[in-house]
Amino acid sequence: MIEFRGVTKRFPDGTVAVDGLDLTVDAGKVTVFVGPSGCGKTTSLRMINRMIAPTEGTVTVDGRDVMSGDAAELRRGIGYVIQQAGLFPHKTIRDNIATVPLLLGWSRRKARARADELMEVVGLAPEMASRYPAQLSGGQQQRVGVARALAADPPVLLMDEPFSAVDPVVRESLQEELLRLQGELGKTIVFVTHDIDEAVKLGDKVAVFRTGGVLAQYDEPGVLLDRPADGFVDGFVGRDRGYRKLGFLSDELPLVELPTVGVGDPAPEGWSLVVDPDGRPLGWVQGGGSVEEAAVVPGGSLYEVGSGSLRSALDAALSSPSGRGVAVDGDGRVAGALSADDVLRALAASRADEAA
Amino acid sequence: MNALFSWLADPAHWSGSAGIPARLVEHLWYSVLALALGAVVALPIGALVGHGRRGGFLIVGSANGMRALPELGLLTLLVLLMGIGLLPVTLALAVLAIPPLLAGTYSGVRNVDPGAVDAARGMGMREWQVLFKVELPNALPLILGGLRGAALQVIATAAVAAYVSFGGLGRFLIDGLRTRDYPQMAAGAVLVAVLALVVEGLLALLQRAIVSPGLRGGGRRSPTVTVGRPAPAPANPEPVPVREPAGAEP
Ligand SMILES: Nc1ncnc2c1ncn2[C@@H]1O[C@H](COP(=O)(O)OP(=O)(O)OP(=O)(O)O)[C@@H](O)[C@H]1O
Ligand SMILES: [Mg+2]
Repeated sequence: MIEFRGVTKRFPDGTVAVDGLDLTVDAGKVTVFVGPSGCGKTTSLRMINRMIAPTEGTVTVDGRDVMSGDAAELRRGIGYVIQQAGLFPHKTIRDNIATVPLLLGWSRRKARARADELMEVVGLAPEMASRYPAQLSGGQQQRVGVARALAADPPVLLMDEPFSAVDPVVRESLQEELLRLQGELGKTIVFVTHDIDEAVKLGDKVAVFRTGGVLAQYDEPGVLLDRPADGFVDGFVGRDRGYRKLGFLSDELPLVELPTVGVGDPAPEGWSLVVDPDGRPLGWVQGGGSVEEAAVVPGGSLYEVGSGSLRSALDAALSSPSGRGVAVDGDGRVAGALSADDVLRALAASRADEAA
Repeated sequence: MNALFSWLADPAHWSGSAGIPARLVEHLWYSVLALALGAVVALPIGALVGHGRRGGFLIVGSANGMRALPELGLLTLLVLLMGIGLLPVTLALAVLAIPPLLAGTYSGVRNVDPGAVDAARGMGMREWQVLFKVELPNALPLILGGLRGAALQVIATAAVAAYVSFGGLGRFLIDGLRTRDYPQMAAGAVLVAVLALVVEGLLALLQRAIVSPGLRGGGRRSPTVTVGRPAPAPANPEPVPVREPAGAEP
C-alpha cells in the first residue's frame, strides 16, 4: 500500500507541481494517475521511488516513509518503467532485463536465467535475447522495459506513460497484455497516462489531476464516468463518457437463437450467418441459393457471453451487416444473437437498478 | 624525392642512439606520457562534469582556452622554468591532449540518452554505478574519438621536443634544418606522418574491439532484425556547445 499524506512539491523555480496530495494506492491493484499535461502526474509518481523528494508531507510504501533509509535500496524494490523505455543501448536485451537482479547480487547465471524467463512472460521471442535495443521496434522495447522492471519481482510497479510512444494498435495489445500479466501477478501498479480511455481501461481506481497538481477526483472508473465530481472532471472525461460507461455495466443480455449455415449449404432469404464446421462465425451472406465462400461478407465485432461489457455488445450489434450482433461463447462458437434494442433495454434496466 | 628515399634507405640511419628506431621510440614515449597525463586530468573532470550535467560552459571555456595556447611559447616557458628534461616536454604536450579528451568525455557522458540514465537511477543504481555502468560505456565512442584526436595532435607536435634540444623524430627536422640536409628533414616529416597514421589505425581497431555492438549504428548483428525506430529526441535536449572531438585539429 502506498500513501500520500499532505504531499506538496515545490520546485526551486517556484513551480508547485503537486499541491497537498492525499491519496491511498491500494495494494495489488492498478491505480492510474490521469490529467492534462503538466498537472503533476509524473512528479507524484516519482516521489514514490524518491526520484523526487517531497517539499512537504510524506509518502509511505507499506508504512515506511520513503525518505527514510537508502534511496538506491528503496528503488531496487520498486519496478520502474518510463515512456521512452530507457533501455541501456550498450547492453543486450538479456542483460538489460537482468539489471536489477545483478544489482541485488544474484549470480550472473541466475540473473540471465531469470531474464530469459521474463522474456517469455512479456511475449518476446527468445532469439531477441542477444540483440541490442536499437534492433527492436518501439513496442518490443516497451516489453523489454516491463520485463526489466519485473525482473526482481518487486511488489510495486511504477509506469510513466509506458505505452504512449507506440502506435494505437500496438498500444492496445500492450494494454491487454498488461491486464493479463496483472491478473497473474497481482502487483501494486501506479500507472501514469494522459489518455482517459487508457485510464478507465486499465485502472481499478483512477485519480484525475487538474493543473496545479490538485487531485480532482479519485474513484473507480465506473463511478468517474457516471458521476464526475465537477465540471473539470466532466470536461476531461469527455463527451463519450456515456458510451464509455457501457464498458462497466454488466447485465446478462437476453440472446435470441441465430440460425446458421455452412459453406455450400442452401441459405434462406435475407441475411444468414455463415459458420465453419466447428460453429465459429465466418461472416454473413445475403439472399438465397447455395452459400459460396466468395460471397461471405465479413462480420462485425463479436460479443463474448459473460464478458459483461454492454459496450462490446452494443458494438457487436451496430457493426454487424445484418443488424444482429453475434454472441459467442468462451470457445468462439456462436451462442446467439442480440440487437441494439436489447442492449439499450438492458442499459435502461441497469440504470433503474442503480437509481433504486 | 630520390634523395629522400636514399636517406631513408641508408642503413646508417637505422641504427644507434640517433637512428630512426631510437628516435621513433623516443617520440612515441613522449606522446604516450603526454596522452596518459592528459587522460588523467581530462577523463575524471569530463566524466564528473558530464555526469552532473551542469558546468559545461567551464569545460568548453577551458578547453578552448587551452587550444589557444601557443605550443612553442609554452614549451620554451616551461623549459626556462624547469630546465631541459622530460617533464616540460610532457607537460607542454599534455596541454594539447587535454582539450579533445575533455570535450570528448564531457559530451560523451552528457549526451547519453537521459531516459537510460533516469531508468538506471530509478532501478536503484548508485551514482558511481550510473557513471560506470551506463554513462561511460555509452560515452565510449566519443571518448575514443577524443583520444584519437589527441593522439594525432600530440604525435604531430611532439617534434617540438627537438626544439629544446630533446629527442624524438623532431631531431631529424631540427638537425636537417641546421645542416641544410633537406632529405633528412623530409624523412623526419614523413616519419611523423606515418607514425600518426599507424597510431590512428590502431586506435580505430581498438575502438571496434571495445565499443559495444549496440552502439555501432551500422553494425546490426543479424540481417533479419526489424529496424528499430530511432529513439525520439529527449524532451528538452540542451545544446551542448562542445566542438566535435573526433579528428585532428590543425
Ligand atoms: N525539475 C523541475 N523544475 C521545475 N519545474 C518542474 C520540474 N519538473 C516538473 N516541473 C513542472 O511541474 C509541473 C508538473 O510536471 P509533471 O512532469 O509532473 O507533469 P505531468 O503531469 O507528468 O505532465 P505530462 O503529461 O506532460 O508528462 C509542470 O508545470 C512542470 O513544468
Ligand atoms: Mg509526465
